[in-house]
Amino acid sequence: MTNVDQSTREAHWAKTKGLMITTLIVWFIFSYLVHWFAGGLNSVTFLGFPLGFYMSAQGSLVIFVVLIFWFARRQHSIDKEHGVAEEE
Amino acid sequence: MSVIKGDFIDNLPKVYGLYTGGFLIFILLMAILEQAGVGADTIGILFVAFTVVIYAAIGWMSRTMQVDAYYVAGRQVPAVFNGMATGADWMSGASFVALAGGIYFGGHGYMAFIVGWTGGYVLVAALMAPYLRKFGCYTVPDFIGTRYGGNLARFLAVLVLVIASFTYVTAQINATGTIASRALQIPFEVGVWFGLLGILLCSMLGGMRAVTWTQVAQYIVLIIAYVVPVIWMSNKQGFGMIPQLAYGDAIMRIGELESLIGVGTQPTEAFPGLKALTVPYYEAGTDFASKWKFVTLVFCMMAGTASLPHILMRYFTTPSVKAARQSVAWSLFFIFLLYFTAPALATFTKLQLLDPSLATSIIGKSISEVSALDWIQKWSAVKMLAISDANGDGILQITEFFMRGDIVVLATPEIAGLPYVISGLVAAGGMAAAMSTADGLLLAIANALSHDLYYKIIDPKADSKHRLIVARVLLIVIGACAAYVASMKLTSILGAVAWAFDFAMSGLFFPLVLGVWWKRANRQGAIAGMFFGLLAGTAYLYAVRWGGMEPWLYIDHLRFGIIGASVSLVTMIVVSLATAEPDEETQRMVDEVRIPRGESVLDSRH
Repeated sequence: MTNVDQSTREAHWAKTKGLMITTLIVWFIFSYLVHWFAGGLNSVTFLGFPLGFYMSAQGSLVIFVVLIFWFARRQHSIDKEHGVAEEE
Repeated sequence: MSVIKGDFIDNLPKVYGLYTGGFLIFILLMAILEQAGVGADTIGILFVAFTVVIYAAIGWMSRTMQVDAYYVAGRQVPAVFNGMATGADWMSGASFVALAGGIYFGGHGYMAFIVGWTGGYVLVAALMAPYLRKFGCYTVPDFIGTRYGGNLARFLAVLVLVIASFTYVTAQINATGTIASRALQIPFEVGVWFGLLGILLCSMLGGMRAVTWTQVAQYIVLIIAYVVPVIWMSNKQGFGMIPQLAYGDAIMRIGELESLIGVGTQPTEAFPGLKALTVPYYEAGTDFASKWKFVTLVFCMMAGTASLPHILMRYFTTPSVKAARQSVAWSLFFIFLLYFTAPALATFTKLQLLDPSLATSIIGKSISEVSALDWIQKWSAVKMLAISDANGDGILQITEFFMRGDIVVLATPEIAGLPYVISGLVAAGGMAAAMSTADGLLLAIANALSHDLYYKIIDPKADSKHRLIVARVLLIVIGACAAYVASMKLTSILGAVAWAFDFAMSGLFFPLVLGVWWKRANRQGAIAGMFFGLLAGTAYLYAVRWGGMEPWLYIDHLRFGIIGASVSLVTMIVVSLATAEPDEETQRMVDEVRIPRGESVLDSRH
C-alpha cells in the first residue's frame, strides 16, 4: 500500500471526481445536446458550412480532442498538488 | 535476441521518420513505373505485397519469449506512438472503406457514427484508461477477475470479450479478404486466408510488442493513403490544400442540386447489396424520432468504445499512468485526422457525380455515355455498381444509379481521374486498416483465453514458456475460425461492427466503470451485471432482428446495447446493495487504483 494518508486520498479523489464531472458535462453538450438541435443549427452558416452538419463532421470532434488534452493536464496537476503523482 | 530493445525506444521518431520517408519514395517509384507503362494490376500487387512484407518483417523483429513483452509490450510504449498504434487498432477496414460511403448515402443521420466513434475516447480518458493502467493488468478480464475476485466474474468477462471481439474480427478478416482478392487478383476465399496469414505474421511471434510496432507502421500507411487522394482531388476542384476546412461551399451546392435532380424519390428497381441515393445530405430531421435515433446511436458507439478490450488494452502498454492519459488524447488526435477527412471525401465524390458543371458528373448524362466510362464498367463487372434506365428516357436519373458504399473510397481516384498509383495506395491503406484492427482483436481474444482462462482458471502453475505457447496456438486457432466464418460471408461489414460495440457495452461498460468509481460494487453485483446485461442485450437483438419484434422507442438492432447496458447497470447496483460490501482488501485495492503513485496493484509479472 502506497504511503499516502487517508485525508490526502479523499481530497485528491474529490478533486478528481470534480474534474471527471466537468469533463463529462462538456462531453455531454457536444455529444448529444448540439446534435439534438442540428436541424435548427443548420440555418446558421459557419465557415461556409451549415452549422448542424459542421458540428457532427468537425466541431464536436475538435472539442473532444482539445477536451482530452486539457483533461490530462488538469488531472496531472491535481495529482501533483496532492503529492500522488508518479515519480518522474 | 530481438532487435527491438531499449535503444529502439529512444530512436522511435528516427526509425518511423525513415520508414515514412521510405514509403513516400516507394509511392514515387510506383508513380514512375506507371509512367513507364507498367500495368495497373502490377502496381496494385506491388503496393499490397510490399507493405504486408514490411509489417511481417517488423513482426519478426519484435518476437519475444517474455511474458510482459508478449502481453503488454514491456510497458514502454511512449504516449504519442501508442496513440498512433491505437489509431490503427481502432480504425478498421470499415472505417477506412465504408465510412465515407456511409456518409454519402446516409447524410446527417450517419454522422452519429463519426461523433460516437470519437467522443467515446472522452469516456476512455476520464473513466477507464488511467485506472486500468495503474491496476497493472494484462487483459481486461484480468481487471474484472482481480477487482471483483473469483473465477466466475473472470470467466464472464472473458465471455463478453470473446463475443464482442469475434463479431468484430470476422468483419476485419472479411475486409482483408476483399482487398487482397481485388489487389492480388485471387478469389475472395483465398484472399481471406492470405489476409489471415499476414495478420498472424504480425502478431504471433511478438504478441503485443509486435502488434504495437506494426500498428504504428500501419497507421502511417493508412493515414497517407486516406488523406493524399482527398487533398489531390480538392486541389483539382479548386478547394485548396486543406479541403477539410473548405468544403462548406460544396455541401451548400449539393443541397441546391438535390432538389433539382430529385434526391428523395424512391427508385423503382432494386439490386442486391446496392443502393441509390435517396437521403438529402446535410438536412437533419427535426422530429423526435430522428433526433432520438441520432443520440442513441452516438451513445451506443461511445459506451462501446470505452468497453472494447482491444482498445483498452492498448493503454496497458504505456510507461506510466500519466502517459496513459496523454496517450488517449494522442489516439483521438490521430483518429480525428481520418474522421474529419471522411465527410470531405464523401462530399467531393458526391459533388463530382451530381454537379452537371463538372466533367466527371454522370447524373443527367445519357445512359450510353455513362456506360462507356472505364470505372463504371470496371465496378459493374464486379457487381458493386449498377445502372438501369428504369423510365426508358435514355438519361441517367439519380434513382437509376446504384452502388455499394465502399465504392466511395475505392473508386474515387478513378472517378476523379487520378493516376492508378493512387488506387494502389488506397488498397494498401485499406489493407493496413483492416489488418491492424484484426491483429488487435485476435490478440485480445487469444490473450484473454490464454491468460485468464488457461493460466488463471485452468492451470495456475503453468510456466511462462508454456503460457506463451498456449497463447500462440490459440491465436492461430481463433484466427482460423474467424477466417472460416468470414469466408462464408454471413453479414455485411458494418452491421457486424456496430454489434461488437453493443455487445461490449452490454456486458462490460458498467462493471468496468463501477469497479473504479464505486467502491461498494462487489462480486455478486458484477456477475449479475455482466450476465444479465449480456443476456438482455442478446435476447433483444434476437427479438428485433430475427424474432419480428417491433423495436421499443426506435431502439433497433444497431442500438441493442442500450437495453443490455441498462439492465446491466440496474442489476449490478441492486445485487451489490443486496449483498455484503467488498472486503477491506478489495477496498484498499480500489484506493490504490485511484492514485497514480506507487506500485501497480498486480505484480508486473503475474
